[in-house]
Amino acid sequence: MYFNVFGEKVSRARYREMLNAATNRRELIAARFDRRELIRMGLVTAAGSLVSMKGLSARAQQFQQGPSNLCGTPQLPANQPASPPTRAFIRPLPILPLAQPVKALNPAPTVAPNTAAGESRTRPHQALTLFPPQKFFNVFQRQILHSFSPDLPTQAVWGFDDSNGHASTPAPLYVFRYGVPVLVRNHNALPPDPQVGGFGKPEVSTHLHNAHTPSESDGFPGDFFPSGHFYDQHYPMQLAGVLSTHKDSGGDINEALSFLWFHDHRVNFTSQNTYKGLVGMCLFFNEFDTGDEHTGFHLPSFPDFDIPMAFSDKVFDQDGKLFFDLFNLDGILGDRFTVNGEIQPFLQVKPRRYRLRLVNTGPSRFYEFFLTDPNNLNGVNPYFVIADDGNLLPKPVKVASARIGVAERVDIIVDFRQFAGKSIFLENRLSQLNGQGPLIAQQCGIPEVMPAGQGNFLLRFDVDSTPVADDSADPEDMKFYELPSIVEPRITRTLKFDRLNGQWSINGQFVDPTFEAPRIRVGLNTVENWILSNITGNWTHPIHIHFEEHQILARNDVPPSLAIEHSRKDVTELRPNSRARLFFRFRDFHGRYPMHCHNLIHEDHAMMLRWDIDPEGGDSRLVP
Amino acid sequence: MPELSRRNLLGLSGLAAIAPLTSAFGSNKGTATASASADARERIRKRYFPDLTLLTQDNRRVHFYQDLVKNKIVLLNFFYAHCEGICPTVTHNLVNVQKLLGERMGRDIFINSITLKPAEDTPTVLKEYAREHGIRPGWTLLTGNPDEVELLRRSLGFTDPDPLVDRDKSSHIGNIRYGSEPLMQWTALPGMTHAESIAKAISRDFPAAKG
Repeated sequence: MYFNVFGEKVSRARYREMLNAATNRRELIAARFDRRELIRMGLVTAAGSLVSMKGLSARAQQFQQGPSNLCGTPQLPANQPASPPTRAFIRPLPILPLAQPVKALNPAPTVAPNTAAGESRTRPHQALTLFPPQKFFNVFQRQILHSFSPDLPTQAVWGFDDSNGHASTPAPLYVFRYGVPVLVRNHNALPPDPQVGGFGKPEVSTHLHNAHTPSESDGFPGDFFPSGHFYDQHYPMQLAGVLSTHKDSGGDINEALSFLWFHDHRVNFTSQNTYKGLVGMCLFFNEFDTGDEHTGFHLPSFPDFDIPMAFSDKVFDQDGKLFFDLFNLDGILGDRFTVNGEIQPFLQVKPRRYRLRLVNTGPSRFYEFFLTDPNNLNGVNPYFVIADDGNLLPKPVKVASARIGVAERVDIIVDFRQFAGKSIFLENRLSQLNGQGPLIAQQCGIPEVMPAGQGNFLLRFDVDSTPVADDSADPEDMKFYELPSIVEPRITRTLKFDRLNGQWSINGQFVDPTFEAPRIRVGLNTVENWILSNITGNWTHPIHIHFEEHQILARNDVPPSLAIEHSRKDVTELRPNSRARLFFRFRDFHGRYPMHCHNLIHEDHAMMLRWDIDPEGGDSRLVP
Repeated sequence: MPELSRRNLLGLSGLAAIAPLTSAFGSNKGTATASASADARERIRKRYFPDLTLLTQDNRRVHFYQDLVKNKIVLLNFFYAHCEGICPTVTHNLVNVQKLLGERMGRDIFINSITLKPAEDTPTVLKEYAREHGIRPGWTLLTGNPDEVELLRRSLGFTDPDPLVDRDKSSHIGNIRYGSEPLMQWTALPGMTHAESIAKAISRDFPAAKG
């Protein structure tokens, strides 16, 4: 017995006809199907043209007109619905409030997990008594109301509340100092299932990217915990080497970190929870990067002239609510560009040097930042990069642009004196059509880097004309830390990233999302080289390894050509068919850590592995 | 002409009205939350789960959303009976997952595998495939109108961004999408990872309801 889609009996011959006809869209339109059937199926309009059904993801109509190659003619990112229109440069850049510490935590933090009180930690603090916390935060991750734009409804998203009157997304800003250990008590106060907004899972594990943190406080993807519980995270605020190579000097000063961010890391739901608002930033100061331009490295003073900025490209649904494409395996490209949670803000600045700390919080897009003068589009407006992935370089590098993938950071110094009385834009000129990465654009005859003014305007700087004092140093004269010396590794491992039928693999193995066992055991306080190789085809991946910063020894067997890559990094971008040799140390603390692609969508579809630091020594698996 | 309301017609023709700028968030948190949840669930249904009619290996007609997805925890994947690439491994894994999930299979967790070759994989072929592999109740193999199956494949995101790769059935997406429809929580795993890992991840992410 055969039926058509309406439950009406049809002959076997008719059924076969229907099946055969559907293989060719032309035949479909040429009424092998009854026109009524086509309209009822929602495949054809009354006017006769093929459209997708209302409300279907745009992916269903992606290849409607059958482009023969990848390039098609998308006006929008190919796999997303279009957000409602919003005006640009209507409101100022949100300056995030400072997270306020509390005098004490009750119950007081303990080395062993305080399970009876509702703490979900499973492993003891390995360094709590060595580096007793002096600063305490009592933070609640909860639902908050947020406005992305005056043209969109205020809506419920997720954010951080410091329990001292500051709640926001991105979170209230953490400002930490080396030598002042911190304990953050993270409460999960998210509404339990089911969720408003249709994405996210209310279980969290917060990762401070990329601090020198003991494993049990690092926000391991498997260490997530549910609503109504808390998890104490201990940040010793010590330089790498403090318990090992540089015991006598309190750690290696050349390993100082400056600009970090933090985000949810719950396995399989990282992209959703982070996109929903569980992101924040963190500044590390010390005796050199002081926050006061009169001292140390004389970097522009915080907070007036030192501005952290979190970039995230978002999509909004037709009702103006934040939209996350749940069934996307490739990478989500937003069409609304937010900075610190506001779509295309402006920022009033004085005509002097500023330090701008830029972090790409994803979900998938690559950004290349240019300064664009609308009255001089052909001009090049260089600036100085002073830090890569939040690590101050040996010295500033003058560039016309800087490119970052998800989770990478770049600190820049812009001297606005040259633009006094004018407005200039921070513009992303990197073109990207889908989650594979920017290189594909080149194959489609679209330049990888768009001409000035044709990219995405992220932010408008409105520069005051009244001269002001500037006691920060000239970047031409600045020097920061030295790169830690390279030594011979105990072992060199190879990690090949591949893709088979849409599934990510590492060295041919598909990833275990339950992290039962480590793929790699490295010895505590040893040195290794990891060669990361990208053979996934046309995909570019920003690969992140937790714990210590690494150095890129070589890209495709030669030292990196980009000056800013002669630095310490924690995310290394791998373009198609390329490899990078990375130098690692694993000092002071032990336990489990992940390595993963930081395109949040890839991460959630298991492009990740667990590796451990073992005090007993490392294994010898060259191809783990 | 079918009796479609004017709104449906507009929707079908893709001429959706420009979204009105909605007003600020409602005042009563409780009911606003509940109705916002209902809205979100409905939006997910409309966007990802067309209520198409499919045929099972038992030659039963089912509606994809109403009968297979609504109120359930489901695993979704695509395959075809004569696939010689990854399908044998993925099917084998799912057979073990079915065993490992024990009593929950067919009770609150269901597996739905949809064919990529509906013209070849008739219900009879699917029935034979099920028998051969030891597929038990709670796991449905599905076929249907090729155009609708293709629409379903795209709605569920089992696509490759490169159209040439996407057209080649042997390079089809091997991930298993799993989630809870009522909780509106969805994620995915490689189908070729170990069955124990798959079963553990599902139990971890969607534990059995207490009581």
